[in-house]
Amino acid sequence: MTISRPEPSRGAGAKSAIEVFARRHRLRPMELLPWVIAIGVYFVFPDYLALGAQVLATTLFGLSADLVLGYAGIVTLGHAAFYGMGAYTAGYLAAHGVGAPVVGLVAAAAVAGLAGLLSGLVILRTQGLTLLMLTLVVCVMLQEAANKLTSITGGTDGLQGMEVSPVLGYFRFDLYGNTAYWYALAVLFLGWVFARTLVYSSFGRSLTGIRENVTRMHAIGTPVFSRLLIVYTISAAMAGVAGALIAETTQLVALNVLSVDLSGTILVMIILGGVGRLYGAFVGVPLYMIAQDRFSTIDPVYWYFWIGLLLVLIVSFARGGVLGLIDALLRRLRGSR
Amino acid sequence: MSGDWALQTVGLCKSFGALDVASSIDFGLARGARHALIGPNGAGKTSFVNLVSGALEPSSGRIFIEGNDVTSSSQAQRVKRGLARTFQINQLFRGLTVLENVTLAVAERQGVAGDLLRPAGKRGAAIEEAYALLEQLGIADEALRPVRELAYGRQRLVEIAVALGLKPRVLLLDEPAAGVPSGETGTIIDVIERLPADIALLIIEHDMELVFRLARRITVLVQGAILVEGEPVEIAADPRVREVYLGERTHA
Repeated sequence: MTISRPEPSRGAGAKSAIEVFARRHRLRPMELLPWVIAIGVYFVFPDYLALGAQVLATTLFGLSADLVLGYAGIVTLGHAAFYGMGAYTAGYLAAHGVGAPVVGLVAAAAVAGLAGLLSGLVILRTQGLTLLMLTLVVCVMLQEAANKLTSITGGTDGLQGMEVSPVLGYFRFDLYGNTAYWYALAVLFLGWVFARTLVYSSFGRSLTGIRENVTRMHAIGTPVFSRLLIVYTISAAMAGVAGALIAETTQLVALNVLSVDLSGTILVMIILGGVGRLYGAFVGVPLYMIAQDRFSTIDPVYWYFWIGLLLVLIVSFARGGVLGLIDALLRRLRGSR
Repeated sequence: MSGDWALQTVGLCKSFGALDVASSIDFGLARGARHALIGPNGAGKTSFVNLVSGALEPSSGRIFIEGNDVTSSSQAQRVKRGLARTFQINQLFRGLTVLENVTLAVAERQGVAGDLLRPAGKRGAAIEEAYALLEQLGIADEALRPVRELAYGRQRLVEIAVALGLKPRVLLLDEPAAGVPSGETGTIIDVIERLPADIALLIIEHDMELVFRLARRITVLVQGAILVEGEPVEIAADPRVREVYLGERTHA
Protein backbone atom coordinates (compact mmCIF):
# COMPACT_ATOMS: atom_id res chain seq x y z
CA MET A 1 0.00 0.00 0.00
CA THR A 2 1.13 3.54 -0.57
CA ILE A 3 0.16 6.89 0.72
CA SER A 4 -0.51 9.08 -2.25
CA ARG A 5 2.41 11.36 -2.98
CA PRO A 6 1.69 15.05 -3.31
CA GLU A 7 1.99 16.91 -6.56
CA PRO A 8 5.61 17.37 -7.66
CA SER A 9 5.42 21.16 -7.57
CA ARG A 10 6.70 22.26 -4.19
CA GLY A 11 7.11 25.66 -2.66
CA ALA A 12 10.38 27.03 -1.41
CA GLY A 13 9.12 26.07 2.04
CA ALA A 14 9.70 22.37 1.43
CA LYS A 15 13.34 22.81 0.58
CA SER A 16 14.11 25.14 3.45
CA ALA A 17 12.24 23.07 6.05
CA ILE A 18 14.01 19.90 5.03
CA GLU A 19 17.34 21.71 4.87
CA VAL A 20 16.97 23.14 8.35
CA PHE A 21 16.38 19.63 9.62
CA ALA A 22 19.27 18.20 7.63
CA ARG A 23 21.70 20.86 8.87
CA ARG A 24 20.94 20.68 12.54
CA HIS A 25 23.75 18.29 13.42
CA ARG A 26 26.45 20.38 11.79
CA LEU A 27 29.04 21.82 14.13
CA ARG A 28 28.44 25.46 15.08
CA PRO A 29 31.43 27.71 15.86
CA MET A 30 30.14 28.29 19.39
CA GLU A 31 30.55 24.60 20.12
CA LEU A 32 34.31 25.03 19.96
CA LEU A 33 34.25 27.62 22.73
CA PRO A 34 34.60 25.12 25.63
CA TRP A 35 37.73 23.72 24.05
CA VAL A 36 39.24 27.12 23.40
CA ILE A 37 38.58 28.06 27.02
CA ALA A 38 39.98 24.75 28.29
CA ILE A 39 43.20 25.24 26.35
CA GLY A 40 43.33 28.89 27.44
CA VAL A 41 43.03 27.90 31.10
CA TYR A 42 46.20 25.81 30.79
CA PHE A 43 48.22 28.89 29.89
CA VAL A 44 46.43 31.49 31.99
CA PHE A 45 45.99 29.53 35.23
CA PRO A 46 48.96 27.16 35.43
CA ASP A 47 48.53 26.92 39.22
CA TYR A 48 45.05 25.45 38.94
CA LEU A 49 45.71 22.50 36.67
CA ALA A 50 45.06 19.85 39.33
CA LEU A 51 41.65 21.36 40.03
CA GLY A 52 41.22 21.82 36.28
CA ALA A 53 41.76 18.11 35.64
CA GLN A 54 39.13 17.28 38.23
CA VAL A 55 36.71 19.72 36.64
CA LEU A 56 37.28 18.11 33.24
CA ALA A 57 36.76 14.58 34.56
CA THR A 58 33.63 15.65 36.44
CA THR A 59 32.36 17.32 33.28
CA LEU A 60 32.56 13.93 31.57
CA PHE A 61 30.57 12.50 34.48
CA GLY A 62 28.02 15.29 34.06
CA LEU A 63 27.81 14.62 30.32
CA SER A 64 27.03 10.97 31.02
CA ALA A 65 24.32 11.96 33.50
CA ASP A 66 22.83 14.37 30.98
CA LEU A 67 22.44 11.55 28.46
CA VAL A 68 20.11 9.66 30.79
CA LEU A 69 18.45 12.59 32.57
CA GLY A 70 18.36 15.27 29.90
CA TYR A 71 17.87 13.18 26.79
CA ALA A 72 16.21 9.95 27.86
CA GLY A 73 14.38 11.53 30.81
CA ILE A 74 15.49 8.85 33.29
CA VAL A 75 15.61 10.55 36.67
CA THR A 76 18.41 8.88 38.62
CA LEU A 77 19.81 9.43 42.05
CA GLY A 78 22.38 6.68 41.69
CA HIS A 79 24.64 7.63 38.85
CA ALA A 80 27.65 7.69 41.17
CA ALA A 81 27.32 3.89 41.32
CA PHE A 82 28.88 3.68 37.87
CA TYR A 83 31.33 6.51 38.44
CA GLY A 84 32.50 4.78 41.62
CA MET A 85 32.78 1.38 39.99
CA GLY A 86 34.94 2.91 37.30
CA ALA A 87 37.11 4.60 39.91
CA TYR A 88 37.58 1.39 41.90
CA THR A 89 38.26 -0.66 38.78
CA ALA A 90 41.01 1.66 37.58
CA GLY A 91 42.31 2.06 41.14
CA TYR A 92 42.38 -1.66 41.81
CA LEU A 93 44.23 -2.37 38.57
CA ALA A 94 46.78 0.36 39.28
CA ALA A 95 47.34 -1.02 42.78
CA HIS A 96 47.89 -4.52 41.36
CA GLY A 97 50.47 -3.86 38.71
CA VAL A 98 48.27 -2.78 35.79
CA GLY A 99 49.10 0.91 35.87
CA ALA A 100 48.61 1.82 32.21
CA PRO A 101 46.01 4.60 32.40
CA VAL A 102 44.28 3.85 29.11
CA VAL A 103 43.88 0.20 30.09
CA GLY A 104 42.32 1.43 33.32
CA LEU A 105 39.81 3.54 31.40
CA VAL A 106 38.81 0.70 29.11
CA ALA A 107 38.42 -1.73 32.01
CA ALA A 108 36.41 0.87 33.95
CA ALA A 109 34.11 1.40 30.97
CA ALA A 110 33.55 -2.35 30.67
CA VAL A 111 32.84 -2.92 34.38
CA ALA A 112 30.62 0.13 34.79
CA GLY A 113 28.84 -0.57 31.50
CA LEU A 114 28.11 -4.11 32.62
CA ALA A 115 26.80 -2.81 35.94
CA GLY A 116 24.58 -0.38 34.01
CA LEU A 117 23.28 -3.15 31.79
CA LEU A 118 22.50 -5.53 34.64
CA SER A 119 20.88 -2.95 36.92
CA GLY A 120 19.09 -1.38 33.93
CA LEU A 121 17.50 -4.72 33.07
CA VAL A 122 15.67 -4.53 36.38
CA ILE A 123 15.14 -0.87 37.16
CA LEU A 124 14.22 0.46 33.71
CA ARG A 125 11.05 -1.63 33.79
CA THR A 126 9.77 0.82 36.39
CA GLN A 127 8.93 4.50 36.19
CA GLY A 128 8.77 7.66 38.23
CA LEU A 129 9.42 7.45 41.94
CA THR A 130 9.97 3.68 41.89
CA LEU A 131 12.70 4.12 39.33
CA LEU A 132 14.23 6.94 41.35
CA MET A 133 14.26 4.81 44.51
CA LEU A 134 15.78 1.84 42.70
CA THR A 135 18.64 3.90 41.26
CA LEU A 136 19.28 5.13 44.77
CA VAL A 137 19.18 1.60 46.17
CA VAL A 138 21.72 0.34 43.62
CA CYS A 139 24.08 3.13 44.65
CA VAL A 140 23.65 2.54 48.39
CA MET A 141 24.13 -1.21 48.02
CA LEU A 142 27.32 -0.78 46.03
CA GLN A 143 28.72 1.68 48.53
CA GLU A 144 27.94 -0.69 51.38
CA ALA A 145 29.52 -3.57 49.46
CA ALA A 146 32.65 -1.48 48.92
CA ASN A 147 32.67 -0.65 52.61
CA LYS A 148 32.64 -4.35 53.54
CA LEU A 149 35.00 -5.66 50.87
CA THR A 150 38.03 -4.13 52.52
CA SER A 151 40.45 -6.59 50.87
CA ILE A 152 39.59 -5.12 47.46
CA THR A 153 38.59 -1.55 48.21
CA GLY A 154 40.43 -0.74 51.41
CA GLY A 155 37.07 0.08 53.00
CA THR A 156 36.90 3.36 54.86
CA ASP A 157 40.68 3.84 54.56
CA GLY A 158 40.39 4.08 50.80
CA LEU A 159 42.30 2.17 48.17
CA GLN A 160 46.02 2.01 48.96
CA GLY A 161 49.08 1.77 46.80
CA MET A 162 47.97 2.92 43.35
CA GLU A 163 50.86 3.20 40.92
CA VAL A 164 49.78 4.81 37.68
CA SER A 165 52.20 4.48 34.77
CA PRO A 166 52.85 7.27 32.28
CA VAL A 167 50.05 7.90 29.77
CA LEU A 168 50.73 5.84 26.63
CA GLY A 169 54.02 4.88 28.26
CA TYR A 170 55.43 8.35 27.75
CA PHE A 171 53.65 11.17 29.60
CA ARG A 172 54.45 10.86 33.30
CA PHE A 173 51.93 12.32 35.77
CA ASP A 174 53.59 15.34 37.40
CA LEU A 175 52.99 17.26 40.60
CA TYR A 176 51.67 20.34 38.79
CA GLY A 177 48.95 18.45 36.96
CA ASN A 178 50.22 19.18 33.46
CA THR A 179 49.79 15.62 32.24
CA ALA A 180 46.61 15.10 34.24
CA TYR A 181 45.08 18.16 32.63
CA TRP A 182 45.84 17.23 29.03
CA TYR A 183 44.95 13.61 29.63
CA ALA A 184 41.56 14.53 31.12
CA LEU A 185 40.96 17.04 28.34
CA ALA A 186 41.67 14.47 25.66
CA VAL A 187 39.37 11.88 27.24
CA LEU A 188 36.62 14.46 27.73
CA PHE A 189 36.97 15.47 24.09
CA LEU A 190 36.51 11.89 22.92
CA GLY A 191 33.54 11.50 25.26
CA TRP A 192 32.02 14.68 23.85
CA VAL A 193 32.50 13.56 20.23
CA PHE A 194 30.77 10.30 21.10
CA ALA A 195 27.92 11.89 23.07
CA ARG A 196 27.35 14.49 20.37
CA THR A 197 27.19 11.82 17.67
CA LEU A 198 24.73 9.87 19.79
CA VAL A 199 22.51 12.83 20.54
CA TYR A 200 22.12 13.85 16.90
CA SER A 201 21.66 10.30 15.63
CA SER A 202 18.27 8.79 14.90
CA PHE A 203 18.72 6.85 18.15
CA GLY A 204 19.30 10.08 20.04
CA ARG A 205 16.22 11.68 18.54
CA SER A 206 14.14 8.69 19.54
CA LEU A 207 15.39 9.12 23.12
CA THR A 208 14.13 12.68 23.02
CA GLY A 209 10.84 11.28 21.79
CA ILE A 210 10.71 8.94 24.78
CA ARG A 211 11.38 11.84 27.13
CA GLU A 212 8.76 14.03 25.45
CA ASN A 213 6.00 11.43 25.25
CA VAL A 214 6.61 7.78 26.02
CA THR A 215 2.96 6.87 25.34
CA ARG A 216 3.29 8.01 21.76
CA MET A 217 6.64 6.29 21.32
CA HIS A 218 5.01 2.97 22.22
CA ALA A 219 2.25 3.75 19.74
CA ILE A 220 4.67 4.38 16.87
CA GLY A 221 6.29 1.02 17.47
CA THR A 222 9.41 2.03 19.39
CA PRO A 223 10.99 -0.71 21.52
CA VAL A 224 11.19 1.75 24.41
CA PHE A 225 12.75 -0.55 26.99
CA SER A 226 15.66 -1.63 24.80
CA ARG A 227 16.37 1.97 23.73
CA LEU A 228 16.51 3.03 27.37
CA LEU A 229 18.67 0.05 28.28
CA ILE A 230 21.17 0.89 25.55
CA VAL A 231 21.53 4.53 26.59
CA TYR A 232 21.68 3.58 30.26
CA THR A 233 24.51 1.14 29.56
CA ILE A 234 26.40 3.67 27.45
CA SER A 235 25.95 6.37 30.06
CA ALA A 236 27.11 4.03 32.83
CA ALA A 237 30.24 3.16 30.87
CA MET A 238 30.93 6.85 30.31
CA ALA A 239 30.45 7.59 34.01
CA GLY A 240 32.86 4.73 34.71
CA VAL A 241 35.49 6.34 32.50
CA ALA A 242 35.01 9.62 34.35
CA GLY A 243 35.51 7.84 37.68
CA ALA A 244 38.62 6.13 36.37
CA LEU A 245 39.95 9.51 35.22
CA ILE A 246 39.56 10.94 38.70
CA ALA A 247 41.18 7.88 40.26
CA GLU A 248 44.16 7.98 37.93
CA THR A 249 44.75 11.70 38.09
CA THR A 250 44.37 12.01 41.86
CA GLN A 251 45.78 8.51 42.60
CA LEU A 252 43.15 8.19 45.25
CA VAL A 253 39.88 6.29 45.57
CA ALA A 254 37.67 6.52 48.64
CA LEU A 255 34.13 5.42 49.47
CA ASN A 256 32.62 8.81 48.62
CA VAL A 257 32.92 8.05 44.88
CA LEU A 258 29.97 5.67 45.35
CA SER A 259 27.82 8.02 47.41
CA VAL A 260 24.24 9.10 46.82
CA ASP A 261 25.53 12.52 47.82
CA LEU A 262 27.72 12.63 44.73
CA SER A 263 24.83 11.32 42.59
CA GLY A 264 22.79 14.28 43.74
CA THR A 265 25.62 16.75 43.34
CA ILE A 266 26.17 15.80 39.70
CA LEU A 267 22.47 16.39 39.03
CA VAL A 268 22.69 19.78 40.72
CA MET A 269 25.67 20.63 38.52
CA ILE A 270 23.97 19.79 35.23
CA ILE A 271 20.72 21.44 36.30
CA LEU A 272 22.76 24.60 36.98
CA GLY A 273 24.13 24.44 33.45
CA GLY A 274 20.91 23.24 31.79
CA VAL A 275 19.83 19.66 31.15
CA GLY A 276 19.27 18.06 27.77
CA ARG A 277 21.56 20.54 26.06
CA LEU A 278 24.78 18.58 25.75
CA TYR A 279 26.67 21.62 27.06
CA GLY A 280 24.91 21.82 30.40
CA ALA A 281 27.73 19.86 32.02
CA PHE A 282 30.35 22.09 30.39
CA VAL A 283 28.81 25.12 32.08
CA GLY A 284 27.35 23.69 35.27
CA VAL A 285 30.27 21.55 36.43
CA PRO A 286 32.94 24.28 36.21
CA LEU A 287 30.53 26.81 37.67
CA TYR A 288 29.74 24.59 40.64
CA MET A 289 33.28 23.42 41.28
CA ILE A 290 34.83 26.86 40.93
CA ALA A 291 32.11 28.36 43.12
CA GLN A 292 32.75 25.60 45.66
CA ASP A 293 36.48 26.30 45.56
CA ARG A 294 36.00 30.07 45.92
CA PHE A 295 33.16 30.03 48.46
CA SER A 296 34.96 27.52 50.66
CA THR A 297 37.98 29.83 50.78
CA ILE A 298 35.98 32.97 51.44
CA ASP A 299 33.47 31.40 53.81
CA PRO A 300 34.75 28.02 55.05
CA VAL A 301 31.82 27.49 57.41
CA TYR A 302 28.79 28.44 55.35
CA TRP A 303 30.05 27.92 51.79
CA TYR A 304 27.40 25.31 51.07
CA PHE A 305 24.72 27.89 51.84
CA TRP A 306 26.00 30.04 48.96
CA ILE A 307 25.93 27.07 46.61
CA GLY A 308 22.35 26.42 47.71
CA LEU A 309 21.39 30.05 47.15
CA LEU A 310 22.89 29.91 43.67
CA LEU A 311 20.80 26.83 42.90
CA VAL A 312 17.61 28.37 44.27
CA LEU A 313 18.14 31.43 42.08
CA ILE A 314 18.77 29.33 39.00
CA VAL A 315 15.73 27.08 39.37
CA SER A 316 13.51 30.05 40.29
CA PHE A 317 14.53 32.39 37.53
CA ALA A 318 16.17 30.24 34.88
CA ARG A 319 14.42 26.94 34.49
CA GLY A 320 16.72 25.88 31.65
CA GLY A 321 19.81 26.59 33.75
CA VAL A 322 22.48 29.08 32.76
CA LEU A 323 22.30 27.98 29.12
CA GLY A 324 18.53 28.38 29.15
CA LEU A 325 18.97 31.88 30.54
CA ILE A 326 21.44 32.78 27.80
CA ASP A 327 19.07 31.37 25.19
CA ALA A 328 16.18 33.44 26.52
CA LEU A 329 18.31 36.61 26.57
CA LEU A 330 19.50 36.05 23.00
CA ARG A 331 15.94 35.48 21.86
CA ARG A 332 14.84 38.70 23.53
CA LEU A 333 17.68 40.63 21.91
CA ARG A 334 16.76 39.29 18.48
CA GLY A 335 13.09 39.98 19.11
CA SER A 336 13.64 43.61 20.05
CA ARG A 337 15.58 44.34 16.92
CA MET B 1 -11.41 -17.29 8.68
CA SER B 2 -9.89 -14.53 10.72
CA GLY B 3 -7.66 -13.78 7.72
CA ASP B 4 -10.61 -12.14 5.99
CA TRP B 5 -10.55 -9.30 8.47
CA ALA B 6 -8.02 -6.49 8.69
CA LEU B 7 -8.67 -6.55 12.41
CA GLN B 8 -10.66 -9.01 14.46
CA THR B 9 -11.39 -9.57 18.12
CA VAL B 10 -12.86 -12.76 19.49
CA GLY B 11 -14.49 -12.83 22.92
CA LEU B 12 -12.44 -9.87 24.06
CA CYS B 13 -12.89 -9.14 27.76
CA LYS B 14 -11.35 -6.66 30.13
CA SER B 15 -12.45 -5.82 33.61
CA PHE B 16 -11.09 -3.55 36.31
CA GLY B 17 -12.41 -5.21 39.44
CA ALA B 18 -16.17 -5.26 39.09
CA LEU B 19 -16.18 -2.86 36.15
CA ASP B 20 -16.36 -4.54 32.73
CA VAL B 21 -14.94 -2.18 30.12
CA ALA B 22 -15.07 -4.91 27.50
CA SER B 23 -17.31 -7.92 27.82
CA SER B 24 -16.93 -10.59 25.19
CA ILE B 25 -16.51 -8.31 22.19
CA ASP B 26 -16.61 -10.11 18.83
CA PHE B 27 -15.68 -7.53 16.29
CA GLY B 28 -14.44 -7.58 12.71
CA LEU B 29 -13.01 -4.70 10.71
CA ALA B 30 -13.03 -5.42 6.97
CA ARG B 31 -10.06 -4.57 4.75
CA GLY B 32 -10.35 -1.00 3.55
CA ALA B 33 -13.30 -0.45 5.88
CA ARG B 34 -14.76 2.90 6.89
CA HIS B 35 -16.18 1.82 10.19
CA ALA B 36 -17.29 3.90 13.16
CA LEU B 37 -17.48 2.83 16.77
CA ILE B 38 -19.95 4.93 18.71
CA GLY B 39 -21.51 4.81 22.13
CA PRO B 40 -22.25 6.96 25.16
CA ASN B 41 -19.54 8.19 27.52
CA GLY B 42 -17.95 5.37 29.46
CA ALA B 43 -19.09 2.74 26.95
CA GLY B 44 -15.52 1.45 26.71
CA LYS B 45 -14.61 2.83 23.28
CA THR B 46 -11.15 4.08 24.19
CA SER B 47 -10.52 0.95 26.28
CA PHE B 48 -11.26 -1.05 23.14
CA VAL B 49 -8.64 0.94 21.23
CA ASN B 50 -6.16 0.43 24.06
CA LEU B 51 -6.82 -3.31 24.09
CA VAL B 52 -6.44 -3.64 20.34
CA SER B 53 -3.28 -1.54 20.18
CA GLY B 54 -1.70 -3.35 23.12
CA ALA B 55 -1.66 -0.51 25.65
CA LEU B 56 -4.01 -2.61 27.81
CA GLU B 57 -3.80 -6.33 28.38
CA PRO B 58 -7.11 -8.17 27.93
CA SER B 59 -8.49 -10.37 30.72
CA SER B 60 -9.42 -12.93 28.07
CA GLY B 61 -10.16 -13.21 24.36
CA ARG B 62 -8.01 -12.93 21.27
CA ILE B 63 -6.98 -10.20 18.84
CA PHE B 64 -5.96 -10.76 15.22
CA ILE B 65 -4.40 -8.37 12.73
CA GLU B 66 -4.82 -9.67 9.17
CA GLY B 67 -5.24 -13.14 10.55
CA ASN B 68 -2.18 -13.07 12.82
CA ASP B 69 -2.80 -13.59 16.50
CA VAL B 70 -1.29 -10.56 18.26
CA THR B 71 -2.95 -11.03 21.65
CA SER B 72 0.38 -11.43 23.42
CA SER B 73 2.37 -9.13 21.14
CA SER B 74 3.87 -5.86 22.33
CA GLN B 75 2.62 -2.54 21.00
CA ALA B 76 5.73 -2.29 18.83
CA GLN B 77 5.10 -5.70 17.27
CA ARG B 78 1.51 -4.76 16.47
CA VAL B 79 2.71 -1.59 14.78
CA LYS B 80 5.01 -3.73 12.65
CA ARG B 81 1.96 -5.79 11.69
CA GLY B 82 0.41 -2.63 10.25
CA LEU B 83 -1.61 -1.21 13.14
CA ALA B 84 -1.56 2.48 14.00
CA ARG B 85 -3.67 4.64 16.25
CA THR B 86 -4.29 8.23 17.19
CA PHE B 87 -5.30 9.49 20.61
CA GLN B 88 -8.41 11.17 21.91
CA ILE B 89 -6.23 13.65 23.77
CA ASN B 90 -3.17 14.63 21.75
CA GLN B 91 -0.11 12.53 22.49
CA LEU B 92 2.53 14.48 20.64
CA PHE B 93 6.14 15.49 21.17
CA ARG B 94 5.19 18.99 22.16
CA GLY B 95 8.65 20.49 22.35
CA LEU B 96 9.69 19.12 18.96
CA THR B 97 8.84 20.56 15.57
CA VAL B 98 5.92 19.29 13.53
CA LEU B 99 8.30 17.83 10.96
CA GLU B 100 10.29 16.01 13.61
CA ASN B 101 7.14 14.58 15.20
CA VAL B 102 6.29 12.85 11.96
CA THR B 103 9.89 11.99 11.11
CA LEU B 104 10.23 10.04 14.36
CA ALA B 105 7.38 7.78 13.25
CA VAL B 106 8.68 7.40 9.70
CA ALA B 107 12.21 6.60 10.92
CA GLU B 108 10.81 4.01 13.29
CA ARG B 109 8.85 2.34 10.49
CA GLN B 110 11.89 2.38 8.18
CA GLY B 111 13.85 0.61 10.91
CA VAL B 112 16.56 3.28 11.13
CA ALA B 113 15.54 4.79 14.48
CA GLY B 114 17.92 2.59 16.45
CA ASP B 115 21.01 3.81 14.56
CA LEU B 116 23.45 5.31 17.04
CA LEU B 117 25.92 6.90 14.67
CA ARG B 118 24.43 8.45 11.56
CA PRO B 119 22.91 11.91 12.12
CA ALA B 120 19.11 11.97 11.93
CA GLY B 121 19.47 14.92 9.55
CA LYS B 122 21.12 12.67 6.98
CA ARG B 123 18.07 10.43 6.80
CA GLY B 124 16.81 12.25 3.72
CA ALA B 125 14.27 9.59 2.81
CA ALA B 126 12.58 9.75 6.21
CA ILE B 127 12.49 13.55 6.31
CA GLU B 128 11.18 13.84 2.74
CA GLU B 129 8.46 11.32 3.40
CA ALA B 130 7.43 13.07 6.60
CA TYR B 131 7.31 16.41 4.81
CA ALA B 132 5.20 14.92 2.02
CA LEU B 133 2.68 13.82 4.64
CA LEU B 134 2.54 17.33 6.06
CA GLU B 135 1.84 18.63 2.55
CA GLN B 136 -0.86 16.03 2.08
CA LEU B 137 -2.55 17.16 5.31
CA GLY B 138 -2.06 20.85 4.57
CA ILE B 139 0.19 21.63 7.54
CA ALA B 140 3.53 21.87 5.71
CA ASP B 141 3.74 25.61 6.41
CA GLU B 142 4.06 24.77 10.12
CA ALA B 143 6.79 22.16 9.59
CA LEU B 144 9.40 23.98 11.66
CA ARG B 145 7.20 25.18 14.49
CA PRO B 146 7.16 23.34 17.80
CA VAL B 147 3.90 21.44 18.13
CA ARG B 148 2.93 23.22 21.34
CA GLU B 149 2.70 26.52 19.44
CA LEU B 150 0.07 25.20 17.03
CA ALA B 151 -3.66 25.77 17.36
CA TYR B 152 -5.41 22.70 18.74
CA GLY B 153 -7.17 21.91 15.48
CA ARG B 154 -3.86 21.78 13.66
CA GLN B 155 -2.34 19.63 16.40
CA ARG B 156 -5.12 17.13 15.68
CA LEU B 157 -3.84 16.95 12.11
CA VAL B 158 -0.29 16.32 13.36
CA GLU B 159 -1.77 13.53 15.48
CA ILE B 160 -3.08 11.91 12.29
CA ALA B 161 0.13 12.63 10.35
CA VAL B 162 2.23 10.80 12.96
CA ALA B 163 0.02 7.72 12.61
CA LEU B 164 0.16 7.91 8.81
CA GLY B 165 3.96 7.98 9.02
CA LEU B 166 3.69 4.32 10.00
CA LYS B 167 1.98 3.47 6.68
CA PRO B 168 -0.69 1.54 8.53
CA ARG B 169 -3.05 -1.02 7.03
CA VAL B 170 -5.33 -0.66 10.04
CA LEU B 171 -5.82 2.80 11.50
CA LEU B 172 -7.71 3.50 14.71
CA LEU B 173 -8.78 7.13 15.01
CA ASP B 174 -9.83 7.89 18.57
CA GLU B 175 -12.17 10.88 18.36
CA PRO B 176 -10.21 12.71 15.67
CA ALA B 177 -12.38 15.81 16.02
CA ALA B 178 -12.37 15.97 19.83
CA GLY B 179 -11.63 19.45 21.07
CA VAL B 180 -11.63 20.94 17.59
CA PRO B 181 -13.66 24.14 17.13
CA SER B 182 -16.79 23.25 15.13
CA GLY B 183 -15.71 25.43 12.22
CA GLU B 184 -12.59 23.31 11.71
CA THR B 185 -14.22 19.88 11.89
CA GLY B 186 -14.63 20.03 8.12
CA THR B 187 -10.85 20.02 7.62
CA ILE B 188 -10.51 16.87 9.71
CA ILE B 189 -13.31 15.17 7.76
CA ASP B 190 -11.68 16.16 4.46
CA VAL B 191 -8.36 14.70 5.56
CA ILE B 192 -9.95 11.42 6.64
CA GLU B 193 -12.00 11.21 3.46
CA ARG B 194 -8.86 11.51 1.36
CA LEU B 195 -6.99 8.72 3.15
CA PRO B 196 -5.90 5.87 0.87
CA ALA B 197 -8.78 3.48 0.27
CA ASP B 198 -6.80 0.38 1.27
CA ILE B 199 -6.37 1.51 4.88
CA ALA B 200 -8.97 -0.12 7.11
CA LEU B 201 -10.31 2.72 9.26
CA LEU B 202 -11.98 2.47 12.62
CA ILE B 203 -13.23 5.84 13.82
CA ILE B 204 -14.28 6.31 17.42
CA GLU B 205 -16.37 9.43 17.54
CA HIS B 206 -19.02 11.45 19.34
CA ASP B 207 -19.61 13.90 16.53
CA MET B 208 -22.55 12.36 14.65
CA GLU B 209 -22.07 14.61 11.62
CA LEU B 210 -18.59 13.17 11.18
CA VAL B 211 -19.74 9.60 11.78
CA PHE B 212 -22.55 9.71 9.25
CA ARG B 213 -20.41 11.41 6.62
CA LEU B 214 -17.50 9.01 6.87
CA ALA B 215 -18.75 5.64 8.07
CA ARG B 216 -20.19 2.97 5.86
CA ARG B 217 -20.66 0.71 8.84
CA ILE B 218 -21.33 1.52 12.49
CA THR B 219 -20.95 -0.47 15.68
CA VAL B 220 -22.65 0.77 18.84
CA LEU B 221 -20.92 -0.05 22.11
CA VAL B 222 -22.78 0.21 25.42
CA GLN B 223 -21.31 -0.71 28.79
CA GLY B 224 -18.45 -2.63 27.27
CA ALA B 225 -20.62 -4.77 24.98
CA ILE B 226 -21.72 -4.47 21.38
CA LEU B 227 -25.36 -3.38 21.28
CA VAL B 228 -25.82 -3.45 17.54
CA GLU B 229 -23.87 -3.24 14.31
CA GLY B 230 -25.09 -2.22 10.89
CA GLU B 231 -25.23 0.30 8.05
CA PRO B 232 -25.66 3.96 9.02
CA VAL B 233 -29.34 4.03 7.98
CA GLU B 234 -30.09 0.98 10.10
CA ILE B 235 -28.31 2.45 13.10
CA ALA B 236 -30.06 5.80 12.72
CA ALA B 237 -33.42 4.05 12.67
CA ASP B 238 -32.71 1.62 15.49
CA PRO B 239 -34.89 2.38 18.51
CA ARG B 240 -32.38 0.82 20.95
CA VAL B 241 -29.68 3.22 19.76
CA ARG B 242 -32.02 6.18 20.22
CA GLU B 243 -32.81 5.02 23.69
CA VAL B 244 -29.15 4.87 24.61
CA TYR B 245 -28.40 8.28 23.17
CA LEU B 246 -31.47 9.95 24.59
CA GLY B 247 -30.75 8.46 27.99
CA GLU B 248 -34.08 6.66 28.25
CA ARG B 249 -32.54 3.34 29.06
CA THR B 250 -33.95 1.84 32.24
CA HIS B 251 -31.98 -0.54 34.35
CA ALA B 252 -34.60 -3.24 34.64
